[in-house]
Amino acid sequence: MYDIVIVGAGIIGTLMARELSRYRLKTALIDKESDVANETSMANSAIVHTGYDPEDGTLKALLNVKGAEMYPQLCRELGCRIKQTGAYIAACGEEEEAHLEILADRAERRGIEYAWLSNEEAHIQEPNLSDHVTKVLDFPTTCVIYPWEVAIAAAETAVKNGTELYLNHACTGIDRTETGYVVHTKDRDFDTKMIINCAGIFADELYAMVGTPDFEIRPRKGEYYVLDNTVHFVKHIVFPVPSAKGKGVLAVPTVYGNTLIGPNSDFSDPEITTTAEGLAYVRENITKTLKNIPLNMSIRTFAGLRPSGSRGDFIIEEAKDAPGFINIAGIESPGLASAPAIVEYAIDNLIRPRTALEINEDAVMTRERPVVMSELSEEERTEMIRKDPRYANIVCRCEQISEGEVVDCINRPCGARTVKGVKKRVRPGMGRCQGGFCEPKVLAILSRELGIPMTEVVLDAPDSHILIRENR
Amino acid sequence: MMKKYSAVVIGGGSAGLAAGITLKENGIEDVLVIEKDDMVGGILNQCIHNGFGLHTFKEQMSGPAYAERFKVRAEEVGLNIKLKTMVTHIHEDRTIEYVNPQEGYVTIQADAIILAVGCYERNRGALAIPGQRPAGVYTAGQAQRYLNIDGYQVGSRVFILGSGDIGLIMARRMMLEGAKVYGVAEIMPYSNGLPRNIKQCLEDYDIPLYLSHTVTNIYGKDRLERIEVSKVDEKLRPIKGTEMYFDVDTLLLSVGLIPENHLGDEAGIAMDPRIKGPSVDENYMCSIEGFFACGNGLHVHDLVDYVTLQAQRAAMGAVHYLKNGKPQEKECRVMPGKGVLYTVPNRIHPHNIDKTVEFFFRINEPVDEAVITVRCGERVLRQVKKKYLVPSVMERMMFTAKQLADIDGDITFEMEAVSHDE
Repeated sequence: MYDIVIVGAGIIGTLMARELSRYRLKTALIDKESDVANETSMANSAIVHTGYDPEDGTLKALLNVKGAEMYPQLCRELGCRIKQTGAYIAACGEEEEAHLEILADRAERRGIEYAWLSNEEAHIQEPNLSDHVTKVLDFPTTCVIYPWEVAIAAAETAVKNGTELYLNHACTGIDRTETGYVVHTKDRDFDTKMIINCAGIFADELYAMVGTPDFEIRPRKGEYYVLDNTVHFVKHIVFPVPSAKGKGVLAVPTVYGNTLIGPNSDFSDPEITTTAEGLAYVRENITKTLKNIPLNMSIRTFAGLRPSGSRGDFIIEEAKDAPGFINIAGIESPGLASAPAIVEYAIDNLIRPRTALEINEDAVMTRERPVVMSELSEEERTEMIRKDPRYANIVCRCEQISEGEVVDCINRPCGARTVKGVKKRVRPGMGRCQGGFCEPKVLAILSRELGIPMTEVVLDAPDSHILIRENR
Repeated sequence: MMKKYSAVVIGGGSAGLAAGITLKENGIEDVLVIEKDDMVGGILNQCIHNGFGLHTFKEQMSGPAYAERFKVRAEEVGLNIKLKTMVTHIHEDRTIEYVNPQEGYVTIQADAIILAVGCYERNRGALAIPGQRPAGVYTAGQAQRYLNIDGYQVGSRVFILGSGDIGLIMARRMMLEGAKVYGVAEIMPYSNGLPRNIKQCLEDYDIPLYLSHTVTNIYGKDRLERIEVSKVDEKLRPIKGTEMYFDVDTLLLSVGLIPENHLGDEAGIAMDPRIKGPSVDENYMCSIEGFFACGNGLHVHDLVDYVTLQAQRAAMGAVHYLKNGKPQEKECRVMPGKGVLYTVPNRIHPHNIDKTVEFFFRINEPVDEAVITVRCGERVLRQVKKKYLVPSVMERMMFTAKQLADIDGDITFEMEAVSHDE
């Protein structure tokens, strides 16, 4: 019997699992995907917004401000990268400048740092700003993170503290029992007192397995270009002035030096697919705030789905018709920025009142950052290689990643099981060759470390085989 | 103490081996070749088809056989090669940082550096093909490696995007391995592969070539299930209503090769955007003194024989530099004019030419007959008529030092199609 089953191992589910692993609870974290952070948390703008955008009185406003304040500490504890880039909101003309005043006013009241930049000052900082930009509102404390790195680190911490992680376990149904619920998956049933619904774009479907949903999730697609990390296009995140359609098309300098250009915002096609129309929209609309856009240096495009809730705000509440079934739904932007605060809010308001939370003295809430050779000093690298020469065998020439790093990411708790899993953790395939050179090497290492034939190694999902058979 | 070499060659593929051997043969004793893989030969090792060496050895051989000749010669001349060694950085002062499991991170100093770093394949990311992201989409060279080096089949129902040579060769290779190849789509109205490969790899196997077509959607959540192929207009935009669907589990991309120059970029070596490789002079010297470039890391070749030839010349350039230093005279640019995509070298020092200089260039569209004009300002240096020119085949033209001795400005290569309408 589990105390808590968390369904969905995205940024919310994994941070929830980590936070609950502080206590003496029997917890399972289950996900239908082959890896944690494999859908919405895998494909987004990677920004820790400061909280100037959500309207007053919303959970979004409350939790965004709080979550953003929590991230630097969280990233220190989990050994994750965070980079304070600052964000420029670029207005073109008087009407948009007036809108900036609203944002500045909210920032003032919420205690968020901001600064006004004239057209000239902003262009000195960001030479690629469009000539139409007339004024800029700067939020210097805005950060970028590597979203799935935080989720993976959180899951790793939870697993080390005893949380059971079940990947490739899609929830097929939920039954009520005298003591709570039983969560069915193809391979296994989970008897539990409570369920925390962190199912992202499927949160309404999951809820419908136990009750009558009083919200709907309408997946809203966003498509992006990724630019090569040799392109230094912007130093700050550059936003247009937000509109009813969302935050608009932006340019984001990521923690590893690539630039994201996107997203669009499309309700009409709720599939994780890139489209000619969506990418055309991005190409066209990025020119609102920026010029000299080096899309010829694009190395990849991707699409993600925002789990937009029908209520507009985050939904963090116990289901009215299902006691012990906690919905955390509609976690669209600023969901990533709010995530640590969402978890804290849900525990304090919804879980603590139902369950005795007894501290587990043995729990270790921190994770040491895995060895990343490119981040080490010469002495540290030499020492690493002396201990394990595999750290001197470079398997990925674009990102200069060693065999040692790949092996480590497979053998850690919540380790990589797929080619994409390795890519998410240590980045081979993230560079300009997109795996052309390193994929065969990564595949061979996975095969060796997992003790499975090369033909059983998959890209991502259980049926996504890369090699179909041995040749003769 | 930092170890010093007269010459260091980065890359032990066809270009690097030829360059290293030539250096040794010409009296440079302390030469080091650095290779990232566990064997030399580079991409030749996976090119098990015939067709290599016609120019160099006057016989047809496979890629590994061609590489073997150079391996044997490298041993004969006592070429020093470090395997499984990755160069991580190079610097303007000709220091080189590398790493390998035996030595860890090491910095060495070279008097001359020859970049023979090869190229990488354009991939789905660069093309931004819409659709899902299933397994089953490979670059042609990646699939070739899985098949010929690792010994695994990647799929059974295959479509190929792009008529580059690796794609054409893989079409035949997949057929021979029992897969079914449904077709090759080429966005241009002409093939980008060598004519002999169109004949031997597609026509001989009844594989259709769809010119002016491209892949416009990819379907499949786990493994590739289906692709959409559309005709394109003259601006290469897909035409609505022309969609065809192929239920395939494998899509190979053979859509171009790009010289891999992050090392050179980082060192500040000037690139020629037309070739995406370093700008080089008559001795294959880059914009920074003492750096030389050759092979597919300089510009993408269609024949390995020319890789060998240019690598030997780059090595001779390095030998010349080690003896005489850098040329002191002003350089003249060599520019592609109308109808020409690029020239290599793209600049010369007219009085530094040792006997001859050969220009390699590509034209920008297929023509039945054309006049190639090489001029310096108003002055025509050479004018020749040529037949059956295609962009996929590199053209060459040799000049003697004497012919260029009194050049006083930029040289331009132009191609004009000869019309037979009247």
